[in-house]
Amino acid sequence: MREQILKTIDKNSKIEEADLAKMLGMTEAAVHEEIKRLEAEHVICGYPTLINWDATNEERVTALIEVKVTPQRGQGFDKIAERIYRYDEVESVYLMSGGFDLTVIIEGKSMREVASFVSQKLAPMEAVLSTGTHFVLKKYKEHGLPLVSVDDADERMLVTP
Amino acid sequence: MRNPLNTKVQEIKPSGIRKFFDIVSEMKDAISLGVGEPDFETPWHIREEGIYSLEKGRTVYTSNSGLKELREEICHYLKRRCNLEYQLKNVLVTIGGSEAIDMALRAMVDEGDEVLVPEPCYVSYVPCVKLADGVPVTIELKAENDFRLTKEELLAAITDKTKVLIMPFPNNPTGAIMEEKDLREIAEVVVEKDLFVISDEIYSELTYGRTHVSIASMPGMKERTIVINGFSKSYAMTGWRLGYAAGPEEIIQQMTKIHQFAIMCAPTTSQYAAVEALRNGDADVENMRDAYDKRRRFLVARLREIGLDCFEPYGAFYVFPCIKGLGMTSDEFATKLLEEEKLAVVPGTAFGDCGEGFLRISYAYSLERLKEALERMERFVARHKNN
Repeated sequence: MREQILKTIDKNSKIEEADLAKMLGMTEAAVHEEIKRLEAEHVICGYPTLINWDATNEERVTALIEVKVTPQRGQGFDKIAERIYRYDEVESVYLMSGGFDLTVIIEGKSMREVASFVSQKLAPMEAVLSTGTHFVLKKYKEHGLPLVSVDDADERMLVTP
Repeated sequence: MRNPLNTKVQEIKPSGIRKFFDIVSEMKDAISLGVGEPDFETPWHIREEGIYSLEKGRTVYTSNSGLKELREEICHYLKRRCNLEYQLKNVLVTIGGSEAIDMALRAMVDEGDEVLVPEPCYVSYVPCVKLADGVPVTIELKAENDFRLTKEELLAAITDKTKVLIMPFPNNPTGAIMEEKDLREIAEVVVEKDLFVISDEIYSELTYGRTHVSIASMPGMKERTIVINGFSKSYAMTGWRLGYAAGPEEIIQQMTKIHQFAIMCAPTTSQYAAVEALRNGDADVENMRDAYDKRRRFLVARLREIGLDCFEPYGAFYVFPCIKGLGMTSDEFATKLLEEEKLAVVPGTAFGDCGEGFLRISYAYSLERLKEALERMERFVARHKNN
């Protein structure tokens, strides 16, 4: 049942527990308890909002940085990944297979801010061997949802057999 | 001037849905739970295949019975999902399930033959029987049987003129299904009385917590059943107009003959898209079924909360609540609901006289829409409950 809850709120965390209960054929109390457990177990890690910042007046710059690092004895990549993800500027960190080790996604107010984070904080770390920075030009889709406006008007006739 | 019209056609009543559609269309900012098609778009990989076929210039007729590779996939599908073994010669690709219904009736019915039509049901069976010169004999399904067809009801309707039984399950508008034990009893009667069955299984992929069983898979039934299915509901492909019939070669052959003269072949682009749907669409079907199921539970729970009696529908995407306690006919209820709350639902009577006292509510809508609509319904019922 927890997988059912997670699948249902994955794309819509605003759904009310009472509605969720009806949809899954559970009691409201049972849904509430399960969600509390999922939060406590850190299966549900947060409830952020998906915002298309390009449609606002707020300036935002996103960069994807390929990072090569030296893994540390006994700790693999986790230690260096943690040292990186603890920075507030860092949006996401993934350990990768292939030609580099970590993908680090940075959000900043300007290209200069991102550049200074890379050159002053990230690149100088002892374990970091090299970085390659790619700036995002446009975001089309995130978390399975389109960010650019899509025409989702209901074109069906109002009543059909 | 002479009457230019055919008497038989003139005598056919326009569908009750049409009348209601005209009223709803006049109403500005009405919201509707009245549609009979999915709210999902056709999955993208299926659309891509249609586009690709156009790019490749596959814009010519296919064979009358449909693309060979599509019929092969249909055979695989029917084996995989319904445990039915067919060969290419047993399959005809049609313009939606609707054409298949029409073709099957015209190929099987002689003038005066009686065709049994369980009601409430989809609106086209009775007119199509009449156009085929048959005599429609309706069987009133009952709420207390969860709108399933019983052996007794069937036996009571059979005369020595009865030739064909239409089996519309999972059912539009009630959401009823027939399970294996129910079908077994019906099949016994059909074999004993030497009848044929047209089984409209267009909603076969949309059953919840129960597996769909085709009556053609019952003992002795494959040789007397035309199975009708299609892509509209399962793959959200209503606008592509694509369905099919599978059955005994001699019937399919005659259906193909009419289809050849009336239609030529089903749309080529749609046929290529459908091949992709059958090959790689199982996950899409599962996702959509899962979404419908959640809405179904939500809707049934809310309707019961509001105080409307509502049997648990296990198929299609409709619920069929009873409004008999409110002292209104289905038509009055639906009309007032539209006027007072600007909410459109379809009166049960649009699907046969025995739909009186019921409404068809579709859950091919987002949860947000269903919530809003049910709030309107709740206000309406509360206001009229004690009158």
